[in-house]
Amino acid sequence: MDADTPAAASEETMPRTADPGRLMIDVRGLSKTFTLHHQGGVRLAVLDATDLQVAGGECVVLRGPSGAGKSSLLRCLYGNYLAQSGTIQVRGADGWVDVASAPARRILELRRTHLGYVSQFLRAIPRVPAEQVVAQPAIDAGTPGDQALERARTALARLNIPENLWHLPPATFSGGEQQRVNVARAFARDFPILLLDEPTASLDAANRDVVVELVNAARDRGAAIVGIFHDSAVRAAVATRILDLPGKAEAA
Amino acid sequence: MSAHAARGADHPILSVRHLSKRFGRVQAVDDVSFDLFPGEVLGIVGESGSGKTTLLRAVAGQEAPDTGAVLYRDRWGGLVDLHALPEGRRRRLHRTDLGLVQQNPRDGLRMGVSAGANVGERLMALGHRHYGTIRQSAHDWLARVEVDPARLDDPPAQLSGGMQQRLQIARNLVSEPRLVFMDEPTGGLDVSVQARLLDLLRGLVGELGLAVVLVTHDLGVARLLAHRLMVMQAGRVVETGLTDQVLDDPQAAYSQLLVSSILPV
Amino acid sequence: MSAHADSLAAAQTVEGYNFAYLDEQTKRMIRRSLLKAVAIPGYQVPFASREMPLPYGWGTGGIQVTASILGACDTLKVIDQGADDTTNAVNIRAFFARTAGVATTTRTEEASVIQTRHRIPETPLTDQQILVYQVPIPEPLRWLEPRERETRMLHALGEYGLMQVSLYEDIAQHGRIAKTYNYPVQVSGGYIMAPSPIPKFDNPKLHRNPALQLFGAGREKRIYAVPPYTDVRSLDFDDYPFDVEHWDTACALCGATDSYLDEIVTDDAGGRRYVCSDSDYCDRRRQAGDTGAAR
Repeated sequence: MDADTPAAASEETMPRTADPGRLMIDVRGLSKTFTLHHQGGVRLAVLDATDLQVAGGECVVLRGPSGAGKSSLLRCLYGNYLAQSGTIQVRGADGWVDVASAPARRILELRRTHLGYVSQFLRAIPRVPAEQVVAQPAIDAGTPGDQALERARTALARLNIPENLWHLPPATFSGGEQQRVNVARAFARDFPILLLDEPTASLDAANRDVVVELVNAARDRGAAIVGIFHDSAVRAAVATRILDLPGKAEAA
Repeated sequence: MSAHAARGADHPILSVRHLSKRFGRVQAVDDVSFDLFPGEVLGIVGESGSGKTTLLRAVAGQEAPDTGAVLYRDRWGGLVDLHALPEGRRRRLHRTDLGLVQQNPRDGLRMGVSAGANVGERLMALGHRHYGTIRQSAHDWLARVEVDPARLDDPPAQLSGGMQQRLQIARNLVSEPRLVFMDEPTGGLDVSVQARLLDLLRGLVGELGLAVVLVTHDLGVARLLAHRLMVMQAGRVVETGLTDQVLDDPQAAYSQLLVSSILPV
Repeated sequence: MSAHADSLAAAQTVEGYNFAYLDEQTKRMIRRSLLKAVAIPGYQVPFASREMPLPYGWGTGGIQVTASILGACDTLKVIDQGADDTTNAVNIRAFFARTAGVATTTRTEEASVIQTRHRIPETPLTDQQILVYQVPIPEPLRWLEPRERETRMLHALGEYGLMQVSLYEDIAQHGRIAKTYNYPVQVSGGYIMAPSPIPKFDNPKLHRNPALQLFGAGREKRIYAVPPYTDVRSLDFDDYPFDVEHWDTACALCGATDSYLDEIVTDDAGGRRYVCSDSDYCDRRRQAGDTGAAR
């Protein structure tokens, strides 16, 4: 899996559009267990020896019953959950990074340059206006502030967030509005890899369609996408491949 | 995967090695080691008595450890042991490269002189002798930490707690330090004041590319400011990792207790 | 200063006291401190200050220094705020006349040792003279740093930003450096020193003065010195340079325009006039025929 030559130079300040067909995510033998030390040491195995390969231009949709480990897999890919065993290779600016074992600053850099992540809930930062929240990933990647803001406003408009809210901190927004800010944040920049955890969950039909368009546009420009979508119609509209995660984990 | 190894940011700015400190029968800090990289914010969390403040004081050079070394990499790449330096060099480093933001601003401010003099002190200590320039710097820094520059000539005692804390931050940052130690920087403040201060700190740390060692018992503060967390219990590090990973998927029994014993953050 | 001269003079003094009041052991101890002080200009040397027959604050430090350097052949002048005829000056002069039998004078150029409180004489000193200052608080950093251990550390490391902070604060609060006396100086590019509460008008006289300048603080038990011809710089800012007091009037008695003037209220109606603080300087000018303006 290290066969690909690493990118020649570090161009992390440039929003890179991934190459279609190029392997971007390579998960092997991933196991995730929760040990609840304060509930008698109960061990919950959510992922067991899971494999996942995703190339640029692919949208892999995770499917399975509640508790099958769909969210956990996404979180492991993002480095938010710690894997017990296996490797989680993700292609970064300077080549592969094993999210399961890389040092924190390596993972943070990977997130900054390559990983767009839409969680189920927006973690709002007090006092920061919505447009700033959305522009931040591009700014972090080195895009000049005004350009990043311009793209942020485009994304907010696309997701039908009223203009009079852009200057306000999203903490006061409704659930649906917060979720759309969350989506806008991941799509206001061309991340090479997108991890989408139910981005359409609390959206109405019109906004759901916008998200579908955004996902498909990202896929067409060559992004590698892994997502969880409850709605089977949305699933059908975006997926290039389905990965079934059965309740009792087994290799996909 | 190791293509990064050649890059400057891969040298830690601070390396703490096997640090221990005992007070009588209490082993306050027990063989703690960690690296801090330029631009990285390391949060040290744990409950009272976990040794986090003693660790910070030892790392910040305020308290001599019993054993172990605190190695700081200076602007020219040289490694110096903060506790082995002659007093004069150590103090100079503390006026230039290092900063310390204390929980109680009264401990970190000179209460007898004006806000402007507090900010200007480091500059004067570094040999600045132009009143107008020093005053302008103080003015600009007050504005930057969102204290009304009209308060320049007021003594700190006339400022609110939140403003005093901002003043303490300005006083530390005026010399453009590379590494700042913070001990519960939002500790004694009201919740709304805390939020604004956190926001300010987050912005400044990012803009200035500061490396920070942050001690806090408030996991919300840690979540907002720290890139990486170190969980301490009884003087030892029980877990370390990416901030959101430690908070969302704590591994050690103690970390799980710490995370679950508070409201969602 | 020699023991030989001391014994010669002893016959003429009050009985039961050693020459110049202090015992020889104490004088030797103080002289050792003085030598160290001269060797390290501006550095505060601790010494074992003795009880003196007058209260702290009345010049016990200056008296001990004077007693330790006085020889039978010396001529002593004592001034308080520039005047030879104030109670404190008269008493100290009489004290040494009785205990050491030395000659005394009010004329600056005749004196070999001048003990002073709060002034430097207007008449230029020579390299044959010693000026002894009475010092109440020897530590120039005390105002900003109460801990003795810390101020000593600051001196040792030459960390004087704090002193500059106090000047900054002056300008911030008053629009100018408002310190008018005990204005801090840096000696020979090294230690920062409190020149005792002399008016800043006298600070330029500290600089490269041919006389040896000794400072004694009795209560605080410190001695320090500025050797002859030593650089003494008054602290300031580039854009707020050090400056001395100016008067837009001359001395009402002698017409001097180059001396430090005291303001004297002359009647209940608020009438006032300005006269030289240095009484000897003023007297000598008047004897030479100078007169004040027609007021």
